[in-house]
Amino acid sequence: MAAGVATWLPFARAAAVGWLPLAKKTMPKPPLDKKSRNDEILFVNVSGLRFQTWKNTLDRYPDTLLGSSEKEFFFNEDTQEYFFDRDPEMFRQILNFYRTGKLHYPRQECIQAFDEELAFYGIVPDIIGDCCMEEYRDRKKENQERLAEDTEAEMATDTPLPPDSTSRERLWRAFENPHTSTMALVFYYVTGFFIAVSVIANVVETVPCRPLKGSKRDLPCGEKFSLAFFCMDTACVLIFTFEYLMRLFAAPSRCKFMRSVMSVIDVVAIMPYYIGLVMPENEDVSGAFVTLRVFRVFRIFKFSRHSQGLRILGYTLKSCASELGFLLFSLTMAIIIFATVMFYAEKGTKGTNFTSIPASFWYTIVTMTTLGYGDMVPNTIAGKIFGSICSLSGVLVIALPVPVIVSNFSRIYHQNQRADKMRAQQKVRLARIRLAKKGTTNAFLNYKEEGGFQDRDSDSALCLKNRSSFEHQHHHLLHCLEKTTNHEFTDELTYSEMCMTESVGYRTSRSTSISSQQGVATSCCPRRAKRRAIRLANSTVSVSRGSIQELDTLQVHKSSAGPQSRSSLNARTEDLKLNCEDRDFTAAIISIPTPPANTPDESLPPSPAIPGILRNSRAISYTHEAFKISSL
Amino acid sequence: MGAVVGTLTMQTRQRRPSRDKIDDELELSIVCHRPEGLEQLEAQTNFSKKELQVLYRGFKNECPCGAVNEETFKQIYSQFFPHGDASTYAHYLFNAFDSSQNGSIKFEDFVTALSILLRGTTTEKLQWTFNLYDINRDGYISKEEMTDIVKAIYDMMGRYTYPALKTDTLKQHVDAFFRKMDKNRDGVVTLDEFIHSCQEDENIMRSLQLFENVI
Repeated sequence: MAAGVATWLPFARAAAVGWLPLAKKTMPKPPLDKKSRNDEILFVNVSGLRFQTWKNTLDRYPDTLLGSSEKEFFFNEDTQEYFFDRDPEMFRQILNFYRTGKLHYPRQECIQAFDEELAFYGIVPDIIGDCCMEEYRDRKKENQERLAEDTEAEMATDTPLPPDSTSRERLWRAFENPHTSTMALVFYYVTGFFIAVSVIANVVETVPCRPLKGSKRDLPCGEKFSLAFFCMDTACVLIFTFEYLMRLFAAPSRCKFMRSVMSVIDVVAIMPYYIGLVMPENEDVSGAFVTLRVFRVFRIFKFSRHSQGLRILGYTLKSCASELGFLLFSLTMAIIIFATVMFYAEKGTKGTNFTSIPASFWYTIVTMTTLGYGDMVPNTIAGKIFGSICSLSGVLVIALPVPVIVSNFSRIYHQNQRADKMRAQQKVRLARIRLAKKGTTNAFLNYKEEGGFQDRDSDSALCLKNRSSFEHQHHHLLHCLEKTTNHEFTDELTYSEMCMTESVGYRTSRSTSISSQQGVATSCCPRRAKRRAIRLANSTVSVSRGSIQELDTLQVHKSSAGPQSRSSLNARTEDLKLNCEDRDFTAAIISIPTPPANTPDESLPPSPAIPGILRNSRAISYTHEAFKISSL
Repeated sequence: MGAVVGTLTMQTRQRRPSRDKIDDELELSIVCHRPEGLEQLEAQTNFSKKELQVLYRGFKNECPCGAVNEETFKQIYSQFFPHGDASTYAHYLFNAFDSSQNGSIKFEDFVTALSILLRGTTTEKLQWTFNLYDINRDGYISKEEMTDIVKAIYDMMGRYTYPALKTDTLKQHVDAFFRKMDKNRDGVVTLDEFIHSCQEDENIMRSLQLFENVI
């Protein structure tokens, strides 16, 4: 619980006076304060710099070094102060945390030193306030990445392969980190060389060479030296195929490898050759075959395995795809508008180039990007006016989004990082709050289970775990609330178990076809549609499906004040003695009996069960005994 | 050419910083409140100087501007009751504490109420409780007001209680209260009826002494 809340606890307890006239039960006794609550000033000496603070300030966070009894280890008897041999500058931040409840990260400090100080004083870094949290996380991540890079670099050169790694693992490692072994490096360079050769061959074979003797036409070199080029192409494709197959063999997860971008590029680079091999020299399909040869240029993308920069560029384009998409969309809009206008403006002209709107697209694009080839020009005056408007707006439409995109990209990129961080931090914070909340609720339930309500003067109180006085008082407050409403706190599990048994009990009573059925609105939980054979821990009934159960014996337990274990409750079943003269059972129980805290999963049939048994029922409210009724 | 213009505009855009952010932040005027002097408070309440000092230090730490508004109050009170929803009851408590009804609890209100609750006579405590229950401050507690208060208290218990809350639990609780307090059966409880009924009840009288040593 937050430390500042400790100051409000006395007020919350005082406000509990407002519950007293409503309380159904008597209030429990408050916890005794063992020590006198005097507030003294403590002296803390950190490497010579003396700090003074109230004791209460440090007590706010009892699970840190300064808030717990751990600081007694550092107490110096001679000077009557706590001495810490740590950094005094950073202690300022630590002490401010106790004072204000917010931990700040000083920007000029090293992140690792700060973390070490926090670890020494037992403070979790999650508590850093919002103002400094971003900076802290950034620096921490940067530091971690740097450390990771260092260790990775170390690892890479050390070749710490386990001695029993298979050849497959070694091969994969050689492919991924060519620097590990000489063979891998050689292979790396060889493939790079062959990629370059292949690309250059593709380019050169289209250059016109001197024609053959006796022919006037210029031949492209590819046709003149077709055999040479074919051999070179074959060699490259052989190497690429070999490389691809080796990678496929060595990959730890073949499916994942086949889906990765690089392998797709590999396949696309070598497929045209094989397709060309198997395809016959047909005139019809050779057109398509030529198209396939275009894909050979994709071999240049294989360089991205060799170049880090290419990979980063690809990633950048991918990440600002939405901005580029927007640019494209706005351009398309403008192009369509202007093309339409130009087409209709130039429609009347004879022999015009603007034959259709799609034909005008070309003009619009060339004009808007300020290229101005001049192959299509407007002739009419209206066309020229709109043409000039088009070229002016082209400057705007293209020039404006580009810097916006650039700055947007950088802003959105950073914002995304920040949003992700905030989301992650928010999740962590919510989880922490939920955990703390659950911790406090569980703390109270544990407190009850451990018999915290017994009288404190007995010796059994020593078995209670060491809790702060704050916790004692808070639990006393919650106990007062329980007594006021005459209901107890439980957790979700026992509550749902109880609901199940109640609904089953209701069905049981129904099947006995008892006449005086009172419709009790069990609004606590939805009726379970399916019946289940519920194995109740202490009771001896097993509710079987569809059988008519008779509620023959009622067991009335009169529980004593303290909590009891389950086995002891079992032993104390008594037969029902309906002393109708002193107390009757009510058809509609006004205040539900409070059984001992340990056994909430006993079946407690709702009131319809009771009139079935108790023919003579008079409505009366009872006060102090606690009854537990279980059905058989 | 478009690219050139683009890059030029980009550079000029970068060079201009955002100057308008700083202006609006200085507009906030924080209203602070200082309490009356220590001697005055000591005379008005039943606390000693030391106790007032401890109280004020805690109060000032939590609310540096010297007053608690209802939202903060609800948040603080809800932290003590994580099982359920304490906001409604905190609302009624806030109104009971805020004697001047101006929407914020100052330190004097805080300390005055605490003085009554912890160090006051039983009559004063019961009077304070009556004020808490009497939501509209008309001098009578009606059944509707009591139902609201009881519902707020049961809300604090949350959903998972043992035994489970039934729909008529509230009504029966309120009816039991009225049966005890409303002597002349006129449907409302006046201050005198309330005080007399409580004084007749041993349990209540005993419990009132429980919280003496909270501070």
